[in-house]
Amino acid sequence: MLQDMQLENIVGEYKEAILNLYGSTPRKIYYTEIETPYPDGKLIVSTTDKAGIITHVNQSFVEMSGYREEELINAPHSILRHPDMPSVAFKDLWDTVNKGEKWQGIVKNLRKDGGYYWVKATVIPNIRNGQVVGYTSVRRKPSRTKVNECIQLYPTLF
Amino acid sequence: MSYTFTVSPDFSPNYLAGWYIFNTWLQIQTGEAIHLELYDDFQAQRTAIQANQIDLIYANPFDAAMLVREKGFLPLVKAEGISDEAIIAVNANNPVEDVAQLPTGIRVAVTEDPDVHMIGMIMLEVGDLDASNIQTCFCNNHILIVKNLIQDKADVGIFLAKAFDDLSNLTKKQLKILVRSQISVIHHSLMIGPKLAERQTEIQALLLSMNNDDKGKNVLNSLGFNAWAKVEDEEMEFMIDLMDTLII
Ligand SMILES: Cc1cc2nc3c(=O)[nH]c(=O)nc-3n(C[C@H](O)[C@H](O)[C@H](O)COP(=O)(O)O)c2cc1C
Repeated sequence: MLQDMQLENIVGEYKEAILNLYGSTPRKIYYTEIETPYPDGKLIVSTTDKAGIITHVNQSFVEMSGYREEELINAPHSILRHPDMPSVAFKDLWDTVNKGEKWQGIVKNLRKDGGYYWVKATVIPNIRNGQVVGYTSVRRKPSRTKVNECIQLYPTLF
Repeated sequence: MSYTFTVSPDFSPNYLAGWYIFNTWLQIQTGEAIHLELYDDFQAQRTAIQANQIDLIYANPFDAAMLVREKGFLPLVKAEGISDEAIIAVNANNPVEDVAQLPTGIRVAVTEDPDVHMIGMIMLEVGDLDASNIQTCFCNNHILIVKNLIQDKADVGIFLAKAFDDLSNLTKKQLKILVRSQISVIHHSLMIGPKLAERQTEIQALLLSMNNDDKGKNVLNSLGFNAWAKVEDEEMEFMIDLMDTLII
């Protein structure tokens, strides 16, 4: 269950939104127009269980999201859900991995401080002894061209 | 019975003797006849793996999925503190400061080392570059990449970071790093095949205690590192999944 975002963590001028996340009561979030650039040469890695609950994050994940590792482990991955992301993107993500396939997309993520960062994400099912036991997502730095395409496209998908 | 050991063909020539010394150490410790077979390229090595001719391998991460998932290999150890990282570099006179400024059509010099090539291509993606809009020139070793860059026969070089760092200062002054990967979880690993699978724990223990005596320490030094670190089965599965996300 995700708690509302806390105003004391927010940096800069913010807007407010309510997100209706799967398996959670409506979550109040605050978001700003401050972008954190994706660090060169790094990968942001996380693993979830079958329900999308975070089970592992790497150091880059912690740094970019602004949350402490303890706050991330056992939280739903929608802790990073940004209101500018159309829900069809995540429906497509889940439909794809549920078929046992690889999903790739450009995602705008919400930081604990209300800022955002763009990633190019790839999600795959973790198959052990023939069974899906969870999912891994690896993000890399997206090209600016791809991000700009999404800035144009995503508002049309609501 | 005799077994065959092989090493990922991207090993540095500096450690050629070291791998033979290590193979001798392995034979003494395990009491088995083990033959070290080195292949000129990845394709020849993969053919031998497919034909079930390999029992022990110091494998490139790129081949880990095939070894574990198709051929039933199990992980033993990795070189402690060493991960596979890549560097994108250009001629020092090149005005470009960021990968994002590189134009399409550039000539990219790279070795056959598949994981370094892959990491390098991921870093070039930031500039909307991919295999379809660059010219890839394969070089036999990183010295040839340097030559190509210095003589303006290539615009960009993709290096194994360790190989780049080991270049002389004079050489490095003629080059400029645009980006260095900091992935830390992609690494070569020593693995055993199905014929030796039941000895996984025993051989792992031998390797992990190798740095406890002078003889073992010397062998490790001849390979360029100080100790082996254990690779759990799940750690290997994790790395394979990670590689899988990067291959597209
Ligand atoms: C491995 C994995 C990684 C994910 N990474 C993100 C992410 O970085 N940001 C995000 O908003 N959603 C991510 N999701 C999707 C979320 O689980 C969730 O579907 C999404 O945030 C939308 O929330 P909702 O499904 O509750 O509507 C990921 C899912 C999986 C399985």
